[in-house]
Amino acid sequence: MKNKTTAKKGTAWRLIKTVFEFYPVMMPVVLVCVVVNAVVSSIPAVFQQNIIALMEKSWKTGDWGAVSGTITKWVLTLLMLYVISLVASFAFNRMMATVTQGSLMKFREKMFNKMQTLPVKYFDTHNHGDIMSHYTNDIDTLRQMISQSFIQLLVSGIMVTTVFCIMIYYCVWMTVVVLAGICCMFFITKKVGGKSTRYFIRQQEAMGNVEGYVEEMMNGQKVVKVFCHEEETKDDFDRINEELFHEAETANKYANTLGPILNNVGNILYVIVAVAGGILLLLNVPNVSLSGKALGISIVVPFLNMTKQFAGNINQVSQQINAVVMGLAGASRIFDLLDQEPEPDNGYVTLVNAKEEKDGKLTESKERTGIWAWKHPHAADGTVTYQRLEGEVQLYNVDFGYVPEKTVLHDISLVAEPGQKFAFVGATGAGKTTITNLINRFYDIADGKIRYDGININKIKKADLRRSLGIVLQDTNLFTGTVMDNIRYGRLEATDEECVKAAKLAGADSFITRLPEGYDTMLTGNGSNLSQGQRQLLAIARAAVADPPVMILDEATASIDTRTEAIVQKGMDALMKGRTVFVIAHRLSTVRNSDMIIVLEQGRIIERGSHDELIARKGKYYQLYTGAFELE
Amino acid sequence: MLKDLMKCVREYKKASLQAPVLVSLEVVMECIIPFIISRLVNEIKAGCALSVIVQYGALLVVMATLSLIFGIGAGNACSTASCGFAKNLRKDMFYNIQEFSFANIDKFSTSSLVTRLTTDVSNVQLAYMMIVRTAIRCPLMLIFAFAMAFVMGGKMAVIFLLVIPVLGVGLGLVISRAMPLFRRVFRKYDRLNASIQENIKGMRVVKSYNREAFEQDKFRVAAEDVCMDFTKAEKILAFNNPLMQFCLYSVMIFVLYFGSYTIITSRGLELDVGQFSALLTYNFQILSSLMMLSMVFVMITMASESARRIVEVLDEKSTLSNPENPVYEVKDGSVDFDNVSFKYSEKADKMALADINLHIRSGETIGIIGGTGSSKSSLIQLISRLYDATEGTVKVGGRDVREYDLDTLRNQVAVVLQKNVLFSGTIKDNLRWGNKNATDEEMKAACELAQADEFIMRLPKQYDTYIEQGGSNVSGGQKQRLCIARALLKKPKVLILDDSTSAVDTRTDSLIRKGFKEYIPETTKIIIAQRISSVQEADRIIVMDGGKIVDCGTHEELIKTCEIYQEVYESQNKAGDQDEK
Repeated sequence: MKNKTTAKKGTAWRLIKTVFEFYPVMMPVVLVCVVVNAVVSSIPAVFQQNIIALMEKSWKTGDWGAVSGTITKWVLTLLMLYVISLVASFAFNRMMATVTQGSLMKFREKMFNKMQTLPVKYFDTHNHGDIMSHYTNDIDTLRQMISQSFIQLLVSGIMVTTVFCIMIYYCVWMTVVVLAGICCMFFITKKVGGKSTRYFIRQQEAMGNVEGYVEEMMNGQKVVKVFCHEEETKDDFDRINEELFHEAETANKYANTLGPILNNVGNILYVIVAVAGGILLLLNVPNVSLSGKALGISIVVPFLNMTKQFAGNINQVSQQINAVVMGLAGASRIFDLLDQEPEPDNGYVTLVNAKEEKDGKLTESKERTGIWAWKHPHAADGTVTYQRLEGEVQLYNVDFGYVPEKTVLHDISLVAEPGQKFAFVGATGAGKTTITNLINRFYDIADGKIRYDGININKIKKADLRRSLGIVLQDTNLFTGTVMDNIRYGRLEATDEECVKAAKLAGADSFITRLPEGYDTMLTGNGSNLSQGQRQLLAIARAAVADPPVMILDEATASIDTRTEAIVQKGMDALMKGRTVFVIAHRLSTVRNSDMIIVLEQGRIIERGSHDELIARKGKYYQLYTGAFELE
Repeated sequence: MLKDLMKCVREYKKASLQAPVLVSLEVVMECIIPFIISRLVNEIKAGCALSVIVQYGALLVVMATLSLIFGIGAGNACSTASCGFAKNLRKDMFYNIQEFSFANIDKFSTSSLVTRLTTDVSNVQLAYMMIVRTAIRCPLMLIFAFAMAFVMGGKMAVIFLLVIPVLGVGLGLVISRAMPLFRRVFRKYDRLNASIQENIKGMRVVKSYNREAFEQDKFRVAAEDVCMDFTKAEKILAFNNPLMQFCLYSVMIFVLYFGSYTIITSRGLELDVGQFSALLTYNFQILSSLMMLSMVFVMITMASESARRIVEVLDEKSTLSNPENPVYEVKDGSVDFDNVSFKYSEKADKMALADINLHIRSGETIGIIGGTGSSKSSLIQLISRLYDATEGTVKVGGRDVREYDLDTLRNQVAVVLQKNVLFSGTIKDNLRWGNKNATDEEMKAACELAQADEFIMRLPKQYDTYIEQGGSNVSGGQKQRLCIARALLKKPKVLILDDSTSAVDTRTDSLIRKGFKEYIPETTKIIIAQRISSVQEADRIIVMDGGKIVDCGTHEELIKTCEIYQEVYESQNKAGDQDEK
């Protein structure tokens, strides 16, 4: 899915509402301070005019005593207003720093928390780079929006309203002239600003192209070198770089010219107002105003100043247009993520530690006992029953498709007895991993039934279901932290000794102890300082420390060479002992000793049986084994 | 650092110079216009005739038009200059990356290079725009307004000399306090984003282990930490506005009170009313210019971190270079290693390869077997000079690889890399990487040899099938066969397959090897494999372990004498299977 570049309707309102919800006390205070600051700092103009007017009247007298009282009074009032304005300004500027950063943090947290609840499907169907850009690009646009545009629009709005009121107070005729000019400015802003916004959006798309191309080429940079393909790559890059330049240049040209245009339209408006004022004075047009004062020079002059203020504010607003459009688009994308449906979970059966009483009955235990039990609450009579966890998994006539139109699993039925080693073999896309995705409910089946110890897995709480299943995937994901932290990820309360024991079991101990700081070695960037094989061993150790009754090994040893695999095999065997294990592997030597091997082709089970049985049958498995067919 | 960046301005030097000149002219207009306006106001106050107003009006319209022209010109020049500068930065970085050797490539991660080419360049572009525009505008405005204030206001303007240092010191303090905080927090911010990325990628692990709440807690702590630092820095910046207002107000009060006093007591001699109101106007202009200037400083400092990261890429010198008088011809496909040792970085204390002596005759087929981490790939990467040997010499066709022209060498020594990549484009586009001018027949022949023709012909669009980025719409085995065909199109003298048939079934694998034997017998073939069957028929098999060659011989010899080889063989052919065949 491509990132949308325009905002949904109602985003602005929702954004404001959300920020107010984040800071229900601070935001109203900020608002009050902003209003006070705006109003208070537009009043002094009136006093200034008054003082100037007074000066004009009495400069010839040379009598300071006659005016000093009035002037001192006015200046003191001004001083008071200034102090209020300063306090308000200081307060809201500081508070806005908290509000802006706090809101961004809360948005980040909200997104992150939401993300944890989303089904795996979301991550399979969305580009990871796109998800990431919610946290980087979209949050950045919000920052500008909340910290600057929001306040700026508010201040300008208040200023414009106050100035407008004062204008009407003085003279309606001239207000009409000013309004006509303002309309003209709005029109220009809409035209030029709209163009600029359009190109800014195109610039972002062009930036996306550059990003995509650079990413592809950087990933394949070694291939570029091997094929001496540098010049061709440069040519291609030049082409899309030139495109980006063109869009960016146009977008910025429009944005940069908007300021001068509005500025000078403001100047011309000033002239027009001056001429209009002159004409009105000359023709002695009767004044229409709230104040009822007659039109005179004392009205025309402040009017000119106000025109300037008015135009200046419009200019300020226009500078925020791009930020607002981009910010709203970013907010809209963030809200899209926040509105995603979380993974549903209607399960009520939970997994608990249990101990066996003398009479063979199970009771719940707080400590780890090594015995696990399913806890069934019965809503009807309020009783609770316990059932021992055995690790039996059954699938009955399961159909499934990632999208409804395309079924990838057809009529799968199988029974994995407790403690059995169960293997899936088949080409890429045959549906091996899909089956395991269904067992741990990363995806839900379309038709059929899956039972775990006889319980329909839909009735088991997802967290408990997954707790009972350990999964080791082919693409190992490690987290920033020490080696020990990464092993402990399997069970947070595991002691250091338990972690080391698990590492030994997985055959990871020998390489870990050779690392510069052993178990305390920091891993960063998904363990980029380790080889793929070493990372897989760590992932196995992580699963081992979790000690789950059922394990799923999805190509878990694919990156370990066969000789090393044979060496760690003993540990693996110990790990699998007493557990139901599902193994997926394309290397047949890995699955050979399974109790049951299922051969899948295009979502159907075509053969099943032990290694010897399947070899004897001389079917597909035999062909695969003898290398007559390609697996991937 | 600045010098490296400035080199990228190039053809946009004109626009970069034009912009400040036009801005200056615009500023002159902007400063004169209020001056004329104040004269107009005075005329109106004096009750002048309408014709005077119209005269002034016409003058003002002309000036506004001029200002508009300068303004638009400046805006255009400035966007051309900054966007062009950004374009050149991207271009230079990308071009330099193309010159990188494998050792250079290893140093930077893909994602960090992408960020440098996009986000970092955008930051610098914005700062550059500020510099060519505002950095000239503000000081000019300041000087002009200052001069005017003195001319108009006379002695009263001294107040500015008192206030400006206060504001300047205040702003300086704010910036010097906030900047280190910002710099620190940006690094933390990067780490926070890296951890989000980690979480997204590892979502299956998070969910399988029910670590949602754990991850949320971990994230909250990190996010709050970043937020706290950001807030602290921004709170310091929040002093800017009130500080500026404070100065503005102080001047206002001072001018209003003492100005009135002076006017009246001197009866307008020392200060008249016009001067008085002009002082008030310029007050605003002077202080807002200073304010803008301080914001520019903040922007530039913030962008300097990005600039540093860009220069890091620009300054990265390739660790390999073409010799002065390169050899353009490779005589034959013989390969010799004489006492070769190799390590990936100077600092590494362990050699990846040690004391390698190996002589391969032209046309020979060599198999290489060894566990993960036994430096098989390192060995073959020295042949086409993807890395340089740390000690000893590697020779191809009897000459040191460092004597060849790099392109010549790499075209004659074709490597099919282990981590191979197909690019978005048609199959033909991808094949042409091997040879730009390959005809359809040549491509088909190469694909037949690589056993790829058969599956290609079954595709709906055959050779015109579009390959998605990274080759995600073909299977692993098909991808590997396409990569082999691509390398074959080079018609190399030495062909190296680095575990390139691991996903190909054994039957096809053997067909490929058979084809090599029949159709390109004179090409030296070096095959790295995990599977014994892939190297079994080679003329010689090299067994590697821990960066050393431990044994060398034919399959029959090694199975008898080499312990490691036996173990590998055992692990792939456990007892009981032998009788099945």
